[in-house]
Amino acid sequence: MNWLTNIPFVLKLGYGGVFLLLVIGTILSIILPKVKPGKWDDLVPRMKSWWVMCGLVLAALLSGWKAVVILFAFISYLALKEYMTLAPTRKQDRGVVLFGYLLIPLTYALVWINNYMIFLIFIPVYAFFAMAIMMALTKRTDGFLTTSGIVNFGLLTCVYNVAYAAFLMRTPAAELPAAGPAGLVFFLILVTQFNDMSQYMFGKVFGRRKISPNISPNKTWGGAIGGFVATGILFVWLAPYFTPLTFWPSVFIGATLPIMGFFGDITMSAIKRDLGVKDASLLIPGHGGVLDRIDSLIFTAPWYFHMLAYFALERF
Amino acid sequence: MIDLLRKAIQIFLARPIAKFVIGMDVIGRDNLPTEGPVIVAANHNSHIDTLILLSLFSTKVLHNVRQVGAADHFLKTRMMSWISINIIGMIPIHRKKAGQGEDLLADSRAALEAGRILVVFPEGTRGEAEEMAGFKTGVARLAKDFPDIPVVPIYIQGAGRVLPRGSKLLVPFNCTAVVGEPINWASHSDNDRHIFMENLKVTIQELSTEASPLRWD
Repeated sequence: MNWLTNIPFVLKLGYGGVFLLLVIGTILSIILPKVKPGKWDDLVPRMKSWWVMCGLVLAALLSGWKAVVILFAFISYLALKEYMTLAPTRKQDRGVVLFGYLLIPLTYALVWINNYMIFLIFIPVYAFFAMAIMMALTKRTDGFLTTSGIVNFGLLTCVYNVAYAAFLMRTPAAELPAAGPAGLVFFLILVTQFNDMSQYMFGKVFGRRKISPNISPNKTWGGAIGGFVATGILFVWLAPYFTPLTFWPSVFIGATLPIMGFFGDITMSAIKRDLGVKDASLLIPGHGGVLDRIDSLIFTAPWYFHMLAYFALERF
Repeated sequence: MIDLLRKAIQIFLARPIAKFVIGMDVIGRDNLPTEGPVIVAANHNSHIDTLILLSLFSTKVLHNVRQVGAADHFLKTRMMSWISINIIGMIPIHRKKAGQGEDLLADSRAALEAGRILVVFPEGTRGEAEEMAGFKTGVARLAKDFPDIPVVPIYIQGAGRVLPRGSKLLVPFNCTAVVGEPINWASHSDNDRHIFMENLKVTIQELSTEASPLRWD
């Protein structure tokens, strides 16, 4: 049981807390449908999926940076596939789309070899060039600009932005509190999911005025502001245990990160509206697709990373 | 031994590929048959339709599933025909011999008599990607011989984008399978093969509206 004793105490608490939440949720998912039949029926598949998702992330975090890189590469792949399935492409673009998938192992290979500088420009600059060249070679010109925009948007959101979460694992432990790099990733995911959930719950209680009825009818000012405040407080409270941030930078990130999560959510909702679907796929029972689950993370991961880099991390 | 090998390949190779390399969204899973004899009719755009259909059925009934496939295509080499028949569970049909007085459906009939779940692609060929061609009448002939057995319609979307006919490049996209409520000869044919096939085709086309829109041109 050596590996167990090697886990920093804060992370043990964090993982234990997640486990406790899962147990409570599972008990509720069994009780609530009996109390009020019909209203809570999707709670059982939802909770089952939570067990699988939390299990995968925790297992990867416990196994170290290599496992986290592989897990996020796989998440990027599933998300990009959902995006490419729904987004309009042309018959000639199959090769371009395949090339897009091949950029996933290349991007995560840069995380693997710890080359931050090339990682930064790889997708935004060079994948962008490569895509344009490949599409020019298909010889079809109608819809060229539209499709190249569509493909690049998918790569930036599903691959580049998500890979930042994995790159956090490459932070030198010497720069971090006891929780280490796994603590940074755990904290990012915890805060992002807490933000989603608290906005939903505040919305149920205080939600009156809708923010953007034509994009996301469930989003209300009451829910959003309540969620931002709750998440901000959680962030500032826990930041000293998981990040090297000092007080005022943690207040700044605590105030801005929940807003980024909110924008990630409504941006993906707007895209799904545009494409005429409610969920990106049916892969995760009770949740929809991978893209539906990570929509906030797509915006919070780079922001969290860059802000940490700016305020605290020498490495980046 | 071969049964075990088939099961292992179907569960540990075919399914993970269908689920993660391609990605399957299934609508109307409750309509999937759990026991034979039953005919399953699906539209056909790609070789991966075979894989998709294998991945739909639960592992408990998988051993009972047989797919009708073109003998001129799948029996080309000894290796391919061994794999097709023993691993995929294919019932070869000699479509080139149609109209020569030979009973092409004998094996399919025998499979139904043995209580199999028989998968048929009524278009008879893959055709143009993501377009449905006219239906041949083989399914109707079978249904007429077994007027009470259900014919389960399945619409598959996206397979033609993953691996269209004539392409060797497999590009991952999620596919959708919409499983409809079964029809049968007794109540959907007016005792006419063409009316039955028309009903089947319309049913599958209606199922297509339940899938997410596919934008690909």
